[in-house]
Amino acid sequence: MSITRRAFIKSLALNSAVAAASTLFPGIIFAGWEKTDLPSGMIDWKKTPCRFCGTGCGLLIGVSGDRAVAVKGDPNCSVNKGLCCVKGYHSVQILYGKDRIQKALIRKNGKLVEAPLKEALDLVASKMQETIEKQGKDAVSIYGSGQWSIPDGYAASKLFKGCIGTNNVEANARVCMASAVTGFFTSFGLDEPMGCYEDIDHADVFITWGNNMAEMHPVLFSRMLANRKSKGHVEIIDFATRTTRSSQASDKSILFKPQTDLAVANAICYEIIRNNWVNKDFVSKHVSFHKGKTNIGYGTQDHFKFKDKAETVDFETYKKFLEDYTPEKVEKISGVSAMDIRYLAALYGDPDKKVTSFWCMGMNQHTRGTWINNLVYNIHLLVGKISTPGNSPFSLTGQPSACGTVREVGTLTHKLPHGVVMKEAHRKMAAKIWNVPEKNIDPKPTYHTVEMFRALDRGDIRFMWIQVTNPMVTMPNLRRYRDGAKKDGRFVVVSEIYPTPTSDIADVVLPSALWIEREGFFGNSERRTQHNDQIIPMPGDTMCNTWQLIEVARRLGFEKQFPWSRETYIEDIWNEYTRFHDNPKHRMAPYKELKARAGVQWPFVDGMETKWRYNPKYDPAAKGKDFDFYGKPDNRAWIWMRPYEPAAESPDSDYPFWLNTGRVLEHWHTGSMTRRVPILHKAMPASYVEINPKDADSMGITNGSKVKIISRRGSVEMTASINGRGNPPKGMVFVPFFDENHLINEVTLDAFCPISKQVDYKKCAVKLERA
Amino acid sequence: MPVFSYIAYPEPGTKEQLLKDLTALKHCEVMPSENTDVLVLVTDTPDEAQEKVLQEKFKKLKSLQSLGMTYGHTDE
Repeated sequence: MSITRRAFIKSLALNSAVAAASTLFPGIIFAGWEKTDLPSGMIDWKKTPCRFCGTGCGLLIGVSGDRAVAVKGDPNCSVNKGLCCVKGYHSVQILYGKDRIQKALIRKNGKLVEAPLKEALDLVASKMQETIEKQGKDAVSIYGSGQWSIPDGYAASKLFKGCIGTNNVEANARVCMASAVTGFFTSFGLDEPMGCYEDIDHADVFITWGNNMAEMHPVLFSRMLANRKSKGHVEIIDFATRTTRSSQASDKSILFKPQTDLAVANAICYEIIRNNWVNKDFVSKHVSFHKGKTNIGYGTQDHFKFKDKAETVDFETYKKFLEDYTPEKVEKISGVSAMDIRYLAALYGDPDKKVTSFWCMGMNQHTRGTWINNLVYNIHLLVGKISTPGNSPFSLTGQPSACGTVREVGTLTHKLPHGVVMKEAHRKMAAKIWNVPEKNIDPKPTYHTVEMFRALDRGDIRFMWIQVTNPMVTMPNLRRYRDGAKKDGRFVVVSEIYPTPTSDIADVVLPSALWIEREGFFGNSERRTQHNDQIIPMPGDTMCNTWQLIEVARRLGFEKQFPWSRETYIEDIWNEYTRFHDNPKHRMAPYKELKARAGVQWPFVDGMETKWRYNPKYDPAAKGKDFDFYGKPDNRAWIWMRPYEPAAESPDSDYPFWLNTGRVLEHWHTGSMTRRVPILHKAMPASYVEINPKDADSMGITNGSKVKIISRRGSVEMTASINGRGNPPKGMVFVPFFDENHLINEVTLDAFCPISKQVDYKKCAVKLERA
Repeated sequence: MPVFSYIAYPEPGTKEQLLKDLTALKHCEVMPSENTDVLVLVTDTPDEAQEKVLQEKFKKLKSLQSLGMTYGHTDE
């Protein structure tokens, strides 16, 4: 058996290497490759979506007995067509870390000690009840995640919004995808992309906006490379603030100064109009022009409020507005040459080229995140390159169910599974489906994520339940929020799988089942809902997050609203939840369909998926001959006048460097899972600070030496990386945030987009010292 | 009993030499690409000590530019 197991591991290693090579070098051939099939007979293969990024790769999990022992890409999943990235291949190893939390923990005499799960759940329910009685319903809150399975988020929303009656429901997708949501809503009236990954097979040009896809969405990046390899004429343009692996693999890398993507996008539109590349027929039939408020602030103070106001304008007003953004003027702001701006405009403007734009955190984690989303839509709308195969402005998600759970279920303070709490019709629908009185649902949103943690610090919130996320690593200006969470009179519950800096501050830790230890659903970037079965047993006392919520809801007296049996609750929740989306614009696939397939794209109408929305050829909700932007009351997509405005904090003589933060290929978010995978941890054991070689030279900093990064909020010491994986321009440093031993978010700034309330983790001012 | 796989990148013009060099090492299995200048390498050493010895040998290969790890198993 040991020889067979060894041979199996070696086959797996070989398969992984060949698949990785195929990702890096599309079309690569290895002689004798067919002879290396994995041994069969001892392994049972089960389908699931990957639980890491928002790509939503289909995986096949090899199970031997009760243990998940292997992973391969699912060839039947159209997302990845059998490919995987290095995180995906090692994903089952996150189940088996030595320090997995398998028992409930309760803080007693200042220390977390093991306790029976029932006692922990009783305590959670009684503390919630006590807090509501003493401080009111808006003193309790839940903070979830884009890694919540759909039933988790649904149960949380139903319990807090429907039963308790507080809108204190938020999720980390607020700091990950909120600008994409407000971008979609303001431009199209409905959330989520009109296109799909199949655009990658059709496009002639890819322009990535501040998006290191080679590391963050490697499988999609490999599909782009494969398209380029097979067609020959395809171009990939990397438009970014630092040089990365994506830049190296692209046909052209164009660097811009932080925040000035706003100006460049407007300059591209200026050039499109000046060169008469506007698709006049499309614009006259399907587009209207608008302007909003300007000088809108940055939200760095408590209780910050902002509400935009749209005003309709005409094309000539818009054209006049763009006169401030000639390529020559924008060259001075952005550092992008007028020639490169004209080059980008010519790519978008060429009627014979299909263009897909990709972006993710670079545009969304931005104090003008909504605006820059609007501006890239403006470009596509002016030339009519949208909602057709290969023509796609495409916002990628960072988490596996940021779309499925947070955006579609609506686990944000203002949202409901269908619509928003502010609208009576939407509250009525929710009250009916949830079987609660309509007055239970509060029409007023409470706190977005940053303000929720500020409220915890101030004492307006006294109880917080955190599931599937690690805010004591990820919150910006972290020290304030960590100190706030630890204050007397706060009660924090954390549902987790491993010890983290967040579980360290908890009063109760509930042991959670992970991913394939429970049944669930994710929703990926391209409107694809993906089901997974429970494939292996839950270890120890671990419990599905959904069931934890149900247990507490029943203790609070909401048995009627949470009546489901342990055998069928996931299917029952799905059937209840999909009643919210029972219309041709958002109909979800039935449970049986999802269970059988490697994901289904919504709207799912009459047994058909929808690949391109707003186009009657593909979208059953669209009417008319060509396009129908049915999300807006005027049935048009909206072009917005959005100016360039500077970042909340820019380098100055005291703090002369930009700080940019992000992820690396090997680690998922805060590393709480991937750092438990020995191979991934060894490949990338600690965070580091990328410094431009000229800056390093002028400060006497060498590769591997210690550097202190200091902002107005805090400091952190790290190892210098010069000419490493990425290379920032002079005057910028970059730090990955995955390492809890080097908390870069003690340095970052809690400024956000006033419309989306999404934090800008990409820009603040720091200084460096040799440590 | 560590098992690792890598994409092995040769120094320019040394793919055939790298194939010979790696094939000559104990605990290594090599599969060259037919149309790209890379090789797939799978290592299977009996213990951590011999794994370290092998890693040191890799560092001395003049034909080897770099190794990109794609999979690992260490019985940890």
